[in-house]
Amino acid sequence: MSGHSTYQPKTGFERWLDARLPIVRLGYDSFVDYPTPRNLNYWWTFGGILSLCLASQLITGIILVMHYTPSAQGAFASVEHIMRDVNYGWLIRYMHANGASMFFIAVYIHMLRGLYYGSYKAPREVLWLLGCVIYLLMMATAFMGYVLPWGQMSFHGAVVITNLFGALPLVGESITTWLWGGFAVDNPTLNRFFSLHYLLPFMIAGVVILHIWALHVVGQNNPTGVEPKSKADVLPFTPYATVKDGFAMSVFLILFAFFVFYMPNALGHADNYIEANPLVTPSHIVPEWYFLPFYAILRAVPDKLMGVLAMFGAIACLFALPWLDTSKVRSMRYRPTAKIYFVFFLVASCILGVCGAKLPDDPVIPHLTTFQLMGSDLNSFVWLSRIAALYYFAFFLIVLPVLGLVEKTLPVPDSIASPALSADAHKG
Amino acid sequence: MADTAVGATTEPEHGSDPSRRDFIHIAAIAAAAGGAATLVWPFIDQMNPSADTRALASTEFDLTKVAEGQQVTIKWRGKPLFVRNRTKAEIAKAVADDHAALKDPETDAQRVKPGKAQWLIVGGNCTHLGCVPTFGGGEYGGWFCPCHGSVYDTSGRIRKGPAPKNLVVPEYAFLTDTKVKIG
Amino acid sequence: MLRKLSVLAAAVGLLTVGVAGPALANGGAKEAKDVHWSFEGPFGKFDQAQLQRGFKVYREVCSACHSLKLVAFRNLGDKGAPFYNEKYPNSNDNPWVKAIAKDYEIGDIDSETGDAIKRPATGADHFPSPFANEAAARASNGGALPPDMSLLAKAREEGPAHIYSVVTGYKTPPAGLKVPTGGHYNEYFPGDLTSAWSGSHEHVPPGGFIAMAPPLKDGLVTFDDGTKSTLDQEAKDVSAFLMWAAEPKLEERKQTGFAVILYLLLLSGLLFASYKTVWRNESH
Repeated sequence: MSGHSTYQPKTGFERWLDARLPIVRLGYDSFVDYPTPRNLNYWWTFGGILSLCLASQLITGIILVMHYTPSAQGAFASVEHIMRDVNYGWLIRYMHANGASMFFIAVYIHMLRGLYYGSYKAPREVLWLLGCVIYLLMMATAFMGYVLPWGQMSFHGAVVITNLFGALPLVGESITTWLWGGFAVDNPTLNRFFSLHYLLPFMIAGVVILHIWALHVVGQNNPTGVEPKSKADVLPFTPYATVKDGFAMSVFLILFAFFVFYMPNALGHADNYIEANPLVTPSHIVPEWYFLPFYAILRAVPDKLMGVLAMFGAIACLFALPWLDTSKVRSMRYRPTAKIYFVFFLVASCILGVCGAKLPDDPVIPHLTTFQLMGSDLNSFVWLSRIAALYYFAFFLIVLPVLGLVEKTLPVPDSIASPALSADAHKG
Repeated sequence: MADTAVGATTEPEHGSDPSRRDFIHIAAIAAAAGGAATLVWPFIDQMNPSADTRALASTEFDLTKVAEGQQVTIKWRGKPLFVRNRTKAEIAKAVADDHAALKDPETDAQRVKPGKAQWLIVGGNCTHLGCVPTFGGGEYGGWFCPCHGSVYDTSGRIRKGPAPKNLVVPEYAFLTDTKVKIG
Repeated sequence: MLRKLSVLAAAVGLLTVGVAGPALANGGAKEAKDVHWSFEGPFGKFDQAQLQRGFKVYREVCSACHSLKLVAFRNLGDKGAPFYNEKYPNSNDNPWVKAIAKDYEIGDIDSETGDAIKRPATGADHFPSPFANEAAARASNGGALPPDMSLLAKAREEGPAHIYSVVTGYKTPPAGLKVPTGGHYNEYFPGDLTSAWSGSHEHVPPGGFIAMAPPLKDGLVTFDDGTKSTLDQEAKDVSAFLMWAAEPKLEERKQTGFAVILYLLLLSGLLFASYKTVWRNESH
């Protein structure tokens, strides 16, 4: 899409088609001849892996719909019908359920890679924003998908999340009622979630096309953060990137298969094998693992509205990131100080994930009582999550804006090929 | 991919054998294609009847419910099935036509169980395009299909109209004199 | 302030019960006993003799109160199931399945008269529930609802080991614990005993009160294969049976998984070799 096309139609038919619909040219320019920086490491294979995840979710999802019944009466039984009676239904449903988790594993790695190597900086802001939109759509899709089996966690998860909107002043209550289509989560809610769960993945696919388009306009970033300058810096996408992506996908599939076949329910929650019952809440409501950090931020704030705002703020930070980071150096490879803050960011995110799974007032260190602060013991998960959440926001709102102005960076190589070539010289 | 891969790495160096390299690419592509092809099967097979549907594929029916000259329509595998207690006259008419010019030649005896000529059990869908024929229509004393005018005789054989085959006789067996298991 | 936090938690959970209150995820119950199951591990398979014994326990004891509504009689003759026999690949023809089904009565409608009738079950029917509806089940069980058992082994965090532990985990309540009427003290049943405990706050006994009286005891069921029917044996067998009921495709899943992972390892190896070959002349 960028630069000059080198596609040469070989046969008469290709010439005929190319003059009418240059689709082969598009494919050739995007996935064969497309110049990729030669120094991309394995963290760059997750884009391909994510396409695989999306394709897998779409295919298995469309199949599941052939057997699923979207009604409060029949949903739970129809999922079990898939598990027990439909030919290979168990395989397809476990692929879909675990596929969601795999999708999020891959997307988190993909996002952290972008964060570390500064892939959001000019001229890639729109590319990054489109990625954030995909992530947001993924979260909405995953949440609504989790409601569909109509188990206890499905139901009460839906209750909790839809009630978040109740925190909004004035309109909150009307919005929740509107979302539910009634006075509680019930059949109408299930039906609309089903409809949207089917729709959103196709919207994701659409935004993915825009994402790839934007990528092909600005070109890929690379571990040095230096734009390719000459032919020596790049290699054609096929075979170099294709074969590397293929290998990485295959390894990723091993992890996927391991979950599907040997621990298919490890990432889910046992309570979801109990049919939804509006009269009894499970003793411990937790979202799926990929929402835990945000859930912890929500609970860290001792006010309903502020908690909801903080949670959405955490996502908003991602959107604002291209304008928050002031550093002229793109890759953290040459930003030793930023690297340290990045590692702490990783740790804080993981801590938030753990906190999200725990009960807020449980002690972090067992059997230790310190002193009460704001009504909770300092040795509690709610306090741990407050500290971690504070760091999460500080990283985006203070560290990245300020550090870029004051930090001392390492010398950045002139071109991609130069450090690679010098490393080569070392070897040989 | 194999072609481009080899094309891109132009000169063979280090004395490595180009055909061996080719083989690796071909093997990798073949393995990937084989895996994808295998995965397709579950995706196709899931549309075949599921275990609970298959479990309902056979049914038992009590014949005492059908008086002579009457017919009962039951639902079997989601489709109608005619269980007809034929009169002597109907049987005689059917047997008499055994050697008439039939589109789908079959004797009446071939369409019933030995010694149970009064019981005719046939699928209730016209063999033309699947409509349900009504009994008592047409000039052969059997069924008439309202959709496109196929006419069947008292043995359920096609006699006139666009249908190519006789009404289908399902697989069934007499469990007792008055009870049949269909399917 | 603690109240305020609870309010936050309630906002999160909306339904106040359970979420805002106790901070005991597992209800302070003891961790389930460690049981070795034949179906553990990548090559795990159900022990058919054990499943048959477990089915007998379910049939003679549990089924009086617990339904098994997601399981059909034909499932008993499927591959990996208690009564699978290679001679009958179609479980509907399986004589054991037919014999078992015949002993159950299913409500149906007479197609002639439209009257409600009872007829013997066939392989295609599901296990009938002991109670007509939830209200009837509660009324007969002192207000408690005996859960459906079809998915029980997957609906508990610790799986079949939890069922085994609860069934064998009844204990005489320690002095100072006030057991409510209709409750039974069980070390492995989740609950919060703080309010029923008169002793020190630090030493609240583990477990909770369960409405079900100890269901199994030594010699309650006579096993056809001569296995001695101890409480432990019965509990283990019925837990294994319930695991099968919850995950009947477990064997097929693990066997398929082995082949798939083997294939993926091979494919990864080939792709890696291909990758190395493609990149061998390029520094990166």
